[in-house]
Amino acid sequence: MGKKTIDPALVQSKLSVWEPRLAELQRQAEAETDPKKKLKLGKQVDRTRDKIRQIKTGERFSRQTKRDMVAYSFILPNFIGFAVFTLGPVIFAFVLAFLKWDGNSPMEFAGFGNFALMIGNTRFLASLRNTVIYCVATVPLTLAVALGLAVLLNQKIKGRNFFRTVSFFPYVASLVAVAAVWNMLFSPAKSGPINMVLYSLGVAAKSLPKWSADKDWVMFTVVLFSVWKNMGYYMVIYLAGLQGVNGELYEACALDGANTWQRFWYITLPQLRPTTFFVTIMLTINCFKVYDIVYMLAGGSVGVLNESAIVLVYHIYEEAFRNWNLGYASAVAMVLFLMVLAITLVQFRGEKKYAN
Amino acid sequence: MKIKNTKTRVMRVILYVVLIALALVMLVPFVWMLSASFKLDKDVFIFPIEWIPKNPRWRNYVDIWSKIPLMKFVVNTVKLTLIVTFLQLLTSSFAAYAFAKLDFKGKDTLFLAYIATIAVPWQVYMVPQFMMMRSMGLADTHLAIICLQAFSAFGVFMMKQFYEGIPSELCEAARIDGMNEYQIWYQIMLPLSKPSLSTLTIFTFVNTWNDFLGPLIYLTTESKKTLQLGLRMFISQFGSEYGLIMAASVLSLIPVLIVFLSLQKYFVEGVAASGVKG
Repeated sequence: MGKKTIDPALVQSKLSVWEPRLAELQRQAEAETDPKKKLKLGKQVDRTRDKIRQIKTGERFSRQTKRDMVAYSFILPNFIGFAVFTLGPVIFAFVLAFLKWDGNSPMEFAGFGNFALMIGNTRFLASLRNTVIYCVATVPLTLAVALGLAVLLNQKIKGRNFFRTVSFFPYVASLVAVAAVWNMLFSPAKSGPINMVLYSLGVAAKSLPKWSADKDWVMFTVVLFSVWKNMGYYMVIYLAGLQGVNGELYEACALDGANTWQRFWYITLPQLRPTTFFVTIMLTINCFKVYDIVYMLAGGSVGVLNESAIVLVYHIYEEAFRNWNLGYASAVAMVLFLMVLAITLVQFRGEKKYAN
Repeated sequence: MKIKNTKTRVMRVILYVVLIALALVMLVPFVWMLSASFKLDKDVFIFPIEWIPKNPRWRNYVDIWSKIPLMKFVVNTVKLTLIVTFLQLLTSSFAAYAFAKLDFKGKDTLFLAYIATIAVPWQVYMVPQFMMMRSMGLADTHLAIICLQAFSAFGVFMMKQFYEGIPSELCEAARIDGMNEYQIWYQIMLPLSKPSLSTLTIFTFVNTWNDFLGPLIYLTTESKKTLQLGLRMFISQFGSEYGLIMAASVLSLIPVLIVFLSLQKYFVEGVAASGVKG
């Protein structure tokens, strides 16, 4: 490369375009007072200078182009997979929500028809209600337990690593396996281990809860299970947050004679506010996406959820892969997306607030 | 001073009691699972619970392999998990290096595409994704599951956050020493990013190993199914064979336990450093 003959006239004509441009950029950069913009202009100056150098030497690619190509080669392996299997389907999902399609016959435009169908669908309404109930119950409970556990496990105690590992393990354990244990432990029969414990503690036999088999108890059982399963993960995030708390604050506080509770209330909690904020958002988003927990605890052996336990993602699944109403399923997915988007926007605003 | 000491000692005791109680809540289901896996079906629900069976029934762990094609499921899952984790770590850290340490045209736009899809849950686009894979002839193949899991935006984002914490001077010095970018990535960045690589490994490994909805949608042939699907299938077919179900469950937990225990010392550090905490 670069061995081709240089035509001086062509070089001159190119330079007559680029050199004034460089001078103009340099002048702008000099005059600029905002440091951010100045940096940006500085980069442009470098690029232009590089371009001029390339014209003069007659190389096929400028240094910057070469650098760009190296960078693209780093990104490409991931980006191809990402673009084809994630970005493409995401865009397709937005289009599909306005179409009527069963996967085989040609697509038809449906406008807002899919969204209108949702309003009259009792299964949709039930799934929306259950998802919201699930979120409202799970988020504060998980948050409180995770925070409490993190504060306890951040102290210098014997066997700290053991306790941390034990609390985190349910999170990584296979859902199918632990759900199978829970279904046995919380068996609706009187002989279920948990019910036997309750019975021996004096709960009357006929008022023993039927857990996931009872439409009034099923969501409670699901919430209990997901707090148990997921709190370890949020505990780790809190532990990470606690490591950022300034130790001097506690020393100052101890000098003032504050007790443990006051230390927690006036220092730990306010210092952890950004973490709490982040955990709340993550938790809420993850709660909206709930599916498999409910499917395994309340789906019985056939895996069909009735209206006391159906959630949004299950509704998408059944409409898409059992009834092949792909357009309608995508419209429901849009509802899910809008809920998540709303939460994400709150997070963006909050992050700006906490960044200062 | 003496009063204070007694007080702190009482507090310590309370602290340990609370912690042990919590640890029990976390552990009891697993212990019960292990205990039940050595019992006859009719003994599983005997109360008071017999934690250590008098005649442990090892047969459960033998029978389970012939009752369902468990070996097939295990091989499928191991294969998928290893490939996905390897691809995820490699491509994410590769791309993240460019986003964190190189300056190139279109960087912001490309990164925005990644960020924008992080906010879109997979459940939102799983339907069009399936239709697309089907039209590419990937339905009911393991390749579909690999493509689905291996190129997540989350991995790139996490690694980029971590790499940004590594001083750029290190890369500059290496460039002056004549290393090219690939060498810098391999010889400098990779060895330094153990905590975040471990974190990403745990997340990817666990997610792929435990994934249920993805394989449920894509895999229909029994010989291609994963352990989670197989386990679930077994539970719905032989719902009252409690001992066998628990034995299979115990087996499905072992690999995750091993990966988790061997990498967990990096985990808190990794979560903190990768900015997963926000």
